[in-house]
Amino acid sequence: MNNNQHQLKQLPKKELKWSTLIWLIVLIAGLFISINVTNAHISVLLAPDNFGQFMDVLIQMCKPDWSYAHVIWPYLIETIKMAILGTVIGSIIAFIYSFLIARNIVKNKAVTGVLRFIMNIIRTIPDLLLGALFVAVVGIGPVAGVLALSVFTFGVVVKLFYEAIETIDYGPIEALTASGASKLQIIHFAVLPQVMTYFVSYVLYAFEINVRASTILGYIGAGGIGLYLQQTLQLFQYNRTGTILIVIIVVVVIIDYISSASREALTK
Amino acid sequence: MVNQPMIQLKNVTKVYPNGTRGLNNINLEINKGEFVVVVGLSGAGKSTLLRSINRLQDISDGDILIDGQSITHAKGKALRNIRRDIGMIFQNFNLVKRSSVLRNVLTGKVGYYSAWKSTFNLFSAEDKQKAYEALQQVDLADKVYVRADQLSGGQQQRVSIARVLTQNPKIILADEPTASLDPKTAKSVMQYLKMLNQEYGMTVVANLHSVELAREFGDRVLGVKSGEIIYDGKMSETPAAVFEKIYNGQLEEAENE
Repeated sequence: MNNNQHQLKQLPKKELKWSTLIWLIVLIAGLFISINVTNAHISVLLAPDNFGQFMDVLIQMCKPDWSYAHVIWPYLIETIKMAILGTVIGSIIAFIYSFLIARNIVKNKAVTGVLRFIMNIIRTIPDLLLGALFVAVVGIGPVAGVLALSVFTFGVVVKLFYEAIETIDYGPIEALTASGASKLQIIHFAVLPQVMTYFVSYVLYAFEINVRASTILGYIGAGGIGLYLQQTLQLFQYNRTGTILIVIIVVVVIIDYISSASREALTK
Repeated sequence: MVNQPMIQLKNVTKVYPNGTRGLNNINLEINKGEFVVVVGLSGAGKSTLLRSINRLQDISDGDILIDGQSITHAKGKALRNIRRDIGMIFQNFNLVKRSSVLRNVLTGKVGYYSAWKSTFNLFSAEDKQKAYEALQQVDLADKVYVRADQLSGGQQQRVSIARVLTQNPKIILADEPTASLDPKTAKSVMQYLKMLNQEYGMTVVANLHSVELAREFGDRVLGVKSGEIIYDGKMSETPAAVFEKIYNGQLEEAENE
């Protein structure tokens, strides 16, 4: 026993890497420099003037003008319709596209590479910019909003869904291949049953995001309740802004709850 | 019927991209109705041999004929038609776990349907009946609408046998069909394979790890080592020592002692 213990070496100390330390210093220095350059001091936010104004607005918003609710109601419905349409259109395209960029379905790396590159470009555009782009193309109104949300949904769903496709059990695909099935039949019988619940779950997730995003799209003229959010803010009618915000929050929370509850039920 | 070659391998070589020789210049004929067991160590090339026969893996050189037709040179529809005649049973069953047992069994027939018919689930009543009959053959009739992931390993392998039965192929390739099963279940799965061989005249090629099962069920033994066939003979004429040679390469030493 004793002999054995002598032969065992002690755990060596981990070597301190100078490069790690230098990087840490560079990062911290960079943070402070960027705070100074952009003038993003926390004191700006807490300055008595700004803070006082913030409290003023908040207090006014806390006295919502309920008579205003019936004016915004139709626009709230329009907002939700935009979210639903955008989710459906974007998801359908994402569904097909995902199979084309999943490397276990399409073996040609040139095809998947190019299609993935296009997908990544689309994904980098934020939803508000998309909205502005479509307002410029199809004009002011909910159509621009639906298109913006479609493209945005595509970006969200395609990324999650193709990754889900790539993680499936390859066995059933081999079994179908071995029995002489064609590519479409393999997808239908071996792949779809494994990924369908994921797809529905991701679509619901995109819908949750879209409901939130669609409330703001009106700001840039892309339809929905956002237009009134902008108007009341510009006219300093903070009590009406408060009404809109409360209505939006209630609706978003309800939809989020239903959606995530159904997602949980699905994945069981 | 006798001596009609069902599977022919001519100078078949498989080199993997990393340089490993999976199969080295193999020449082999398997006749209709034979029950062939392939034995050898892990990595010897048993799986490569089997997966080359239905071209789940492409070979690097040589030619493979199935019932007289070259599968090596077949493309698209022609390849799929040859594959329809070759059923396969896998170590991990390869069922679609989220689908029902019936649906899994029906996938054996998918190769006989056009793409649009199968997309809309237009399986004929006749094929559904056949699938159900196949399930009765493997004693799983009561599980027909159960989801596949609720079955035990042995039951899942029986479903995959019913799937092959529904496919009604000329050849069955079984790649370690019993490796993830307990000894008793393994034996019953082998009995079902034997049944397909004897009652339906299907040619069976099975990779096996268990010498005991190989001796009990095989008509012909192929010993594989380092991508080459080092033994080929009738089971009844094969002494037990041959298996030791295949697994250890120590037959000579054993004899010398």
